[in-house]
Amino acid sequence: MKVVGDSPLYQLTLARLKLLFREPGAMFWTFGFPMVLAIALGIAFRNQPPEPVRAAVQDGSGAAAMLSALAKSARVKPELLSAASARQALRDGAVAIVVAPGDPVTYVFDPTRPDSRLARLVVNDVLQRALGRKDVTRARDEMVTEPGARYIDFLIPGLLGLILMSSGLWGIGYTIVETRTKNLLKRMLATPMRRGDFLLSFVLMRVVFLFAEVPVLVGFGHFVFGVPVRGSLALLLLVSLLGALSFGGIGLLLASRAQNIQTVSGLMNLVMMPMYVGSGVFFSISKFPKAVQPYLKALPLTALNDALRAIMNEGAGLAGVLPQLAILTGITVVSFAVAVKLFRWS
Amino acid sequence: MPALAIRCHRLVKRYSPEVLAVDGLDLEVERGECFGLLGPNGAGKTTTIEVLEGLLPPTSGDVEVLGQRWAHDARSLREKLGITLQETHLPERLTVLEVVRLFRALYRSGRRPEEVLDLVSLGEKARAYQRTLSGGQKQRLAVACALVGDPELLFLDEPTTGLDPQSRRQLWEVIASFRRDGRTVLLTTHYMDEAERLCDRVAIVDRGKLIALGTPKELIARVAGAEVVELAPADGLSLSALGELPGVQGARREADGIHLTVDRAHVAIPALLAFVEARGKALTRLATHSATLEDVFVTLTGRHLRD
Repeated sequence: MKVVGDSPLYQLTLARLKLLFREPGAMFWTFGFPMVLAIALGIAFRNQPPEPVRAAVQDGSGAAAMLSALAKSARVKPELLSAASARQALRDGAVAIVVAPGDPVTYVFDPTRPDSRLARLVVNDVLQRALGRKDVTRARDEMVTEPGARYIDFLIPGLLGLILMSSGLWGIGYTIVETRTKNLLKRMLATPMRRGDFLLSFVLMRVVFLFAEVPVLVGFGHFVFGVPVRGSLALLLLVSLLGALSFGGIGLLLASRAQNIQTVSGLMNLVMMPMYVGSGVFFSISKFPKAVQPYLKALPLTALNDALRAIMNEGAGLAGVLPQLAILTGITVVSFAVAVKLFRWS
Repeated sequence: MPALAIRCHRLVKRYSPEVLAVDGLDLEVERGECFGLLGPNGAGKTTTIEVLEGLLPPTSGDVEVLGQRWAHDARSLREKLGITLQETHLPERLTVLEVVRLFRALYRSGRRPEEVLDLVSLGEKARAYQRTLSGGQKQRLAVACALVGDPELLFLDEPTTGLDPQSRRQLWEVIASFRRDGRTVLLTTHYMDEAERLCDRVAIVDRGKLIALGTPKELIARVAGAEVVELAPADGLSLSALGELPGVQGARREADGIHLTVDRAHVAIPALLAFVEARGKALTRLATHSATLEDVFVTLTGRHLRD
């Protein structure tokens, strides 16, 4: 009688997992790389206390009075420069605005730079108030900074999506083509192995590996950066599973006919490149023109990232991520069906 | 139980209109025998063996293995066959034991992986990664994977190509012990000593066609004569005249002089010396060796096996 430990599917999956965990490159790209990226980006885009606007006052008559008027405000950090050095400082980004005294006062700034536009508002406000302008209505400021709204909170779910994509594509697509080019697939087909078991072992390998990938990256985000998981962990795992399966299906599809590593690598890069940029991993897809956004939203990685962010940052439930789950399920079903149909066994 | 392990009739395999790899091959391999498929590179050996293994579909012809056919009985046939391909890269980061265990799991019944590793003398390497093995050890691991399903019929495609003499002898011993249980082996090789030593019968194929079939001894006696006399220099001696000498079956020119195939060396050599002296020539070299399958091949095709 056969026990589970002797079943072909179990042994095939076990071998796949051992090979994966023993491949140092795969381990780095899955675990090391996203952490290094999160740390680097987390530091570069950390939230900083508001800094005063750096402004250059152009030397000339009235410059000294203007300098002292601006220096009185904590919101501006002015310095006196000659006309030429002031322009140079603006070009270098050392200052955000150049103020030339006179009547009228001239603001030299770059409207394409957000900090420069802000400087124009702040400097004008401080100068007008110093000269006696009164506000016409009262206003109160309430300032908040909370987890879930920071860049790192945006980034970690995006990185998780990115990792699920690349390990799905490489883990299945690359490995299958390697098995084919090294004649190992042919050798295994010379045994009574069922073809379905061979393909299923790759899927099971991805599912098991998911339980290492998701907790490590989500735990890292949580304990190092305090990134919240407001929704249910089970739902997070379900979404990750469907994401992993849809990318596994795409990996299988790309590998189904490829006869060598170069072909499949090229195909995978072709598929992944648009999603690196257009699926909201590092920045929101709202930066793209409205017309292309519906297409971007249909990309599997966009759907996955949107769902992961909704669950982690907003605490969305199943109902909140249904559209994304539908996209991922659809891609999984179609890609596996087509891949199995096209698969080149010999 | 049918007496034949393999029967193939008028087998043709055409890869494209220009490439005809197997051209109407007839083969019958009996149960319990070790059968060798011999020929130079590109003769169609690997194509033939892969069609017999059910890995390639034939263009036409009829193939029966262990009394069954690939079209109907593929799964049940696979359970009974052990195979090594000419070149397989087994997973590098699995240990020797893990690889054999994986292959064992693919068969419904078979032998214990540890036992098979001992059989191919890899017991001590059980915990080593596949990639740390030498070429000979890798090949023995491939044979272990072929044996672990306890096959009735073993297909080995150039099992010893590129191996050092010691590894070759180790593999020969494994094949011999497999045969002692009355099981069948079909192997391809272009090493004539291997074929003479291991095989009960050999088929010599060239350009997809069978050109000779029989036991190694039979073939040598029939085609190449008992012995080969090598002599040099070759200039000024007529091949046809040499071929007419008593005891000589044939003469051919080789890179190192002239080779005569002879069935009675004690008659041929005095006649040869008299012939040379009568023409006022002197030999710088005269040697004899027992005829081999290599001589059979050269006699039949005018070419060497490893050309």
